[in-house]
Amino acid sequence: MDLSLTEEQQLIQDTAKRFAETELAPVAEKLDQTKDKSILLENCKKLAELGFMGLNINADHGGTEAGVVAFSLAMTEIARACASTAVTMSVTNMVAEVIQAMGTEEQKNKYLPLICSGEYRAGSFCLTESGAGSDPASMRTQAVKTENGFAISGTKQWITSAEFAGVFVVWAVTDPEAKKGKGITCFLVEADAPGITVGPAEKKMGQHGSATNEVHFENVEVPESAILGKLNDGFRLAVAELAGGRIGIGSLALGVGLAAMDYAIQYTQERKQFGRPISDFQGLQWMIADRCTELEAARLLLMSAADRKERGLPFAKEASMAKVFASEKANQACYSALQMLGGYGYMQEYPLERYARDVRITSIYEGTSEIQRVIIAREIMREHS
Amino acid sequence: MDFELNEDQIAFADMARAFAQNEFEPHAAEWDQEQTFPVDVLRAAGEMGFCGLYSPEDVGGLGLSRLDASIIFEQLAMGCTSTTAFITIHNMATWMIADFGNEDTRQQWCPELTAGQKLASYCLTEPNAGSDAASLKTTARREGDNYILNGSKIFISGAGSTDVLVVMARTGVDGPKGISAFAVDAKAEGIVYGRKEEKMGWNSQPTRMITFEDVVVPASALLGNEGDGFKIAMKGLDGGRINIATCSIGTAQAALNRAREYMHERKQFGKELANFQALQFKLADMVTELVAARQMVRLAASKLDAGHADKAAYCAMAKRFATDVGFNVADEALQIFGGNGYIKEYPMERYVRDNRVHRILEGTNEIMRVIVARRVLMEDAADLI
Repeated sequence: MDLSLTEEQQLIQDTAKRFAETELAPVAEKLDQTKDKSILLENCKKLAELGFMGLNINADHGGTEAGVVAFSLAMTEIARACASTAVTMSVTNMVAEVIQAMGTEEQKNKYLPLICSGEYRAGSFCLTESGAGSDPASMRTQAVKTENGFAISGTKQWITSAEFAGVFVVWAVTDPEAKKGKGITCFLVEADAPGITVGPAEKKMGQHGSATNEVHFENVEVPESAILGKLNDGFRLAVAELAGGRIGIGSLALGVGLAAMDYAIQYTQERKQFGRPISDFQGLQWMIADRCTELEAARLLLMSAADRKERGLPFAKEASMAKVFASEKANQACYSALQMLGGYGYMQEYPLERYARDVRITSIYEGTSEIQRVIIAREIMREHS
Repeated sequence: MDFELNEDQIAFADMARAFAQNEFEPHAAEWDQEQTFPVDVLRAAGEMGFCGLYSPEDVGGLGLSRLDASIIFEQLAMGCTSTTAFITIHNMATWMIADFGNEDTRQQWCPELTAGQKLASYCLTEPNAGSDAASLKTTARREGDNYILNGSKIFISGAGSTDVLVVMARTGVDGPKGISAFAVDAKAEGIVYGRKEEKMGWNSQPTRMITFEDVVVPASALLGNEGDGFKIAMKGLDGGRINIATCSIGTAQAALNRAREYMHERKQFGKELANFQALQFKLADMVTELVAARQMVRLAASKLDAGHADKAAYCAMAKRFATDVGFNVADEALQIFGGNGYIKEYPMERYVRDNRVHRILEGTNEIMRVIVARRVLMEDAADLI
């Protein structure tokens, strides 16, 4: 058993940390308050230059080939400074990973260099619909067979980065007669394909810097070669690949939780009430002890899931455990940290209320906490049957 | 022992519910997003008697009990948390002037305050005197028939839009015994209002810093006697804590109602969310805790009405418990809405942002624990609590 990082992992973590502190932290508040996407796009460009848009992509396709553990470490460091940038990075990496895992040589050669190099500013997943959230297999978007390929029609909701992504991974029903979940196919659709309309940015509680849009497909023609993986095998692919995304979002949540605790711990040492620093009060000390213990446990769960994925072992259960635990404990950490700042924590002059708003979505997107528990329970039952 | 509302209380609640549904609820989202302080609606609330619920009748108040007031505030909070919270602060400050002011001061302010024609702010907190309120530094120096005020107050609700300020300032020795309370004309010369704070929630009421620069206050504006200020501030806050706890309960009830409806409307996996047992259990826990918190708040209000020796401890227990439960219920209700809960099209994220601050103000929940623990560790506590 060795829980230490390799030299390369350490290097990625240090690089991410330095980049986050110097490039992201100074603009994070402005990005939240102005929702100015040009700031986000500049961040994405720099991330691509660092090789962070394809951390687990092979070098011959333009990736960094640093592995899953390194991806998790980098996500956490980036999220410590800016959760909106981090989610854009996580989703883009996952789009690249799906293409790497399921794509043809042609698809890999075409899209991976564009994503990794930053030429595509981001990639998007188009899975969720207004009536198909936790239950994606009930989706309505259809891809109808045409002479030359398929025509996709339907509406996808809450698509991260949709307004500037270069390529969409789109799930659509190709066999409406098939048993639920069996007749769905995954397509790679370029963002400028005729018939795609991207809706206005949604107004959200937090992560104001990231783009979240509705994407409308109206008879969008794609060739047969746009199929990612096999015909009618898209749902299985979605479920398998989302597990990797959960490591990303769990790592993001951990980063926000750590940032909140770092800030609050320093504050408790500076703020004086009743004639002494409030860090002298045992009630606050225990609050800090509990939150930091929980975040450390979250980190270990994430590392374990990432390590299993990296070694090619099954990791769905571990990724779900890490995601539900890290996101919920990070929420608690952000709320405790805000609490330790008292009234100042509620004011936008300090970053705590932003951390609390940003982290709240981590137990909802990329599979809600409830769905993680369904997956964990199902895997456990399977192991015991 | 009777846990039922009497006929009057049922009538008050019905009236308040109708008012909240007609005057608050349709506008609450817009007030939040546009940061509107709805002065006209506050005047309308005044016409209904909501601005002087527990102030005495001789100055235009309704002279109701704290329990009655809590029943009414709860209904109002269901329509708009932030606006109702301001009304409760106004009620508290109005009552303080009515109870501790001399006849001239009472007649000068209270009839218009209870009618909602004028508005009041409560000024205790300072940049370096938050939880440690007794260390406040604002001074009131006696000069002939006047006091001269100097110092700064922060996080003052309504500041800049109110007419009278109930100000705690030091007239004597260090510590709580050297503090006095004053009813100060908000437009007096030398009062400087800071910029409007950007907050996580509570956006329908402005929050500002107030600086007093040689503000001349007539000696007749003193509330109670010199040195009574801290006691008066704490007496006001006993009721204030019930009020804020009530705002949490009303908001949580509104969130719970929405979540309940959503569980019937939203279908995933071919059935209503209401059919999933894990969500049923979640809802069962939410409603159980909410009912417990409501009863706790009403118990504390009864103790305050009865002048119970341990009323302060009961108010502190109720405030801590109800604001924590109220926040958690709102947060779980958001979770039941999944991604919709995070989007501003629905009120769920606003409920969470608004309820968050109740765990901080009117004494942080950490200070509530200090109060409760101090009392319960006394020798005779077992006989009383």
